[in-house]
Amino acid sequence: MRYLCRRLGHGLLVLAGVSVLSFVFTALAPGDFLSEMKLDPRIAPETVAALRVRYGLDQPLPLKYLHWLESVRRGDLGFSFAYNSPVASLLWPRARNTLLLTVPATTLAWLIAVPLGAWSASQRGRWGDRLCAGATTALLGVPELVLGLMLLLLAVRTRYFPVGGMVSARFAELGPWGKLEDLAFHLFLPASALILLNLPVLVRHVRASLIEVLAAPFVQAARARGVGWRRLLFRDALRAAANPLLSLLGLSIAALLSASLVVEAIMSWPGLGPLLLEAIAARDLHLVIGAVLCSTLLLLAGNFVADALLYLADPRLRADQA
Amino acid sequence: MSLAARNVRTSLSLLVILYVSVLLAGFLTPYAPTEQNRDMPFAPPTRLHFAEATGRVHLRPFVYRLASDPRSFGEYSEDRRTMYPIRLLVRGAPYRIAGIFESNIHLFGFNERYGRDLFSRLLYGGQISLAAGLLAASLALGLGVVVGGLAGFYGGWLDETFMRFAELFLALPWLYLLLAVRTGLPLHIDPAQAFLLLVVVLGLVGWARPARLIRGIVLSGKLREHVLAARAFGASDVYLLRRQVLPQAAGVALTQLAVLIPQYILAEVTLSFFGLGVGEPVPSWGNMLAAAQQYEVLTSYWWMFLPAIALSTVSLLYYVLANALHQQMMVLSS
Repeated sequence: MRYLCRRLGHGLLVLAGVSVLSFVFTALAPGDFLSEMKLDPRIAPETVAALRVRYGLDQPLPLKYLHWLESVRRGDLGFSFAYNSPVASLLWPRARNTLLLTVPATTLAWLIAVPLGAWSASQRGRWGDRLCAGATTALLGVPELVLGLMLLLLAVRTRYFPVGGMVSARFAELGPWGKLEDLAFHLFLPASALILLNLPVLVRHVRASLIEVLAAPFVQAARARGVGWRRLLFRDALRAAANPLLSLLGLSIAALLSASLVVEAIMSWPGLGPLLLEAIAARDLHLVIGAVLCSTLLLLAGNFVADALLYLADPRLRADQA
Repeated sequence: MSLAARNVRTSLSLLVILYVSVLLAGFLTPYAPTEQNRDMPFAPPTRLHFAEATGRVHLRPFVYRLASDPRSFGEYSEDRRTMYPIRLLVRGAPYRIAGIFESNIHLFGFNERYGRDLFSRLLYGGQISLAAGLLAASLALGLGVVVGGLAGFYGGWLDETFMRFAELFLALPWLYLLLAVRTGLPLHIDPAQAFLLLVVVLGLVGWARPARLIRGIVLSGKLREHVLAARAFGASDVYLLRRQVLPQAAGVALTQLAVLIPQYILAEVTLSFFGLGVGEPVPSWGNMLAAAQQYEVLTSYWWMFLPAIALSTVSLLYYVLANALHQQMMVLSS
């Protein structure tokens, strides 16, 4: 338990550090949301100045940060000028949508990658393995931007899939099953983009760590005693390879979130990514900070889950503390 | 020669060919990247012919002029009355060097939204994207070597501070971090400035990973016997770091470069794609691809995806190169 608590405390420290860092970066920005307003002849300069004072934009950076911390305590995470509402209420639905996209995509990618990698490892050097290696190399060469556009092209040309958005226009009228179906239908393209982006890395790692385990003496001993190959591969070898694979899960989350940003933006999935891009274009600084923090939070949460799984899977970690 | 060594050679030579052709864009392309033919938006690539409709075969390839259909927007047909043979090394439009100039028709056609030659834009855009990748990766690696070298060599509080800082940078999803830093810069800047700022931002964002790697090597490298011997002879810290310790990290640095460059090319493309990087009218693969998001482009103009193909080729080549380099290092170090 101490292990998990330490990870949690570390995560909180990182979060605090990231908030300071993003505050400093955005403070460098020339102008804020109100400087656009200043150009508007219909708004009196006194009004803009009054707004500036009211929202504390005239104060020095450390004070601004304290104000922001105060609003974090209230659960607002600052104020978005563009949407005229607290940042938190904008972030949560978007973060939920990002999770709705990334969690199923990651789960599916792992469900496909583990058997595929295991198979590739057991076929080592034969044509199946080579085919797998060739395919993963080719996929690794395709950047997320290109893959997203290609899938979009596919959707537009075949007309089988919706081109963007998360739900249909008539979503509200559907029953619970219909709603789920509609959501899954819209999820298909962005999720397959993420799966295809994730898959090659995962397959390669699964293959590499299984090959390492299969060379271990205990595997040979088990084989000599006549344990079936399939049982050996999926039960024993996979369990022994759990440690590097679960570490990979933690490490791959950062890449997943970055890829998700691009895919969300291209396929107009209303997640955190498009929100951040809009906020940057509108100079909505608190929203930018909020979105960046939120992505860090997702990343840390993902890492924490991976750590917890690792803790459960690897008895050595538990034994260390005893 | 081993497979890895062969892979290094093949990918490296293909990359060199790509870089050289992009560098010589002025010579290889028929048009300036911003030259417009307003009558011909989205014209398809011009087809090369060897045989006339009558069956006469020519050795020198030729093209027909494309005529736009006055009834419908964006539809073109070939005007078969006159043929234009392709000549090489013709004194062309306003270029410093004589370009390969195909009479008054082009190999790839005027086929972009604003009637600019796509092939020319592809090569000129490559100049921006590839140069941004190269410069930004060098900057990030340079910073990484300095920070990692100092942190690893001196250790103590310096190491602590640098590495805690690096952890912060690594804690963020990289694209979110990049966008956060990008927020600190003005939105609308002219392309030359945008290019420089982009390089600096990318370099600043990416130092953490190479710094960690280099630090690890320096940490173990400073305890090697030849380093200890040099220290015992009274060598200065600067000498030790520069001549004895850092050279041990050369292999890793090289591999890192092959990993970082495509990542940064992609970063430039992504930012420009979202309108946060290099902007019109200067071409970059990113802002060229931005056009490919439009519905009419998706449905009918496949050639707008050419930058995507170029981008994938480059990143695939770099991936093969990095992989092969890594394998070579393993062989050398074992």
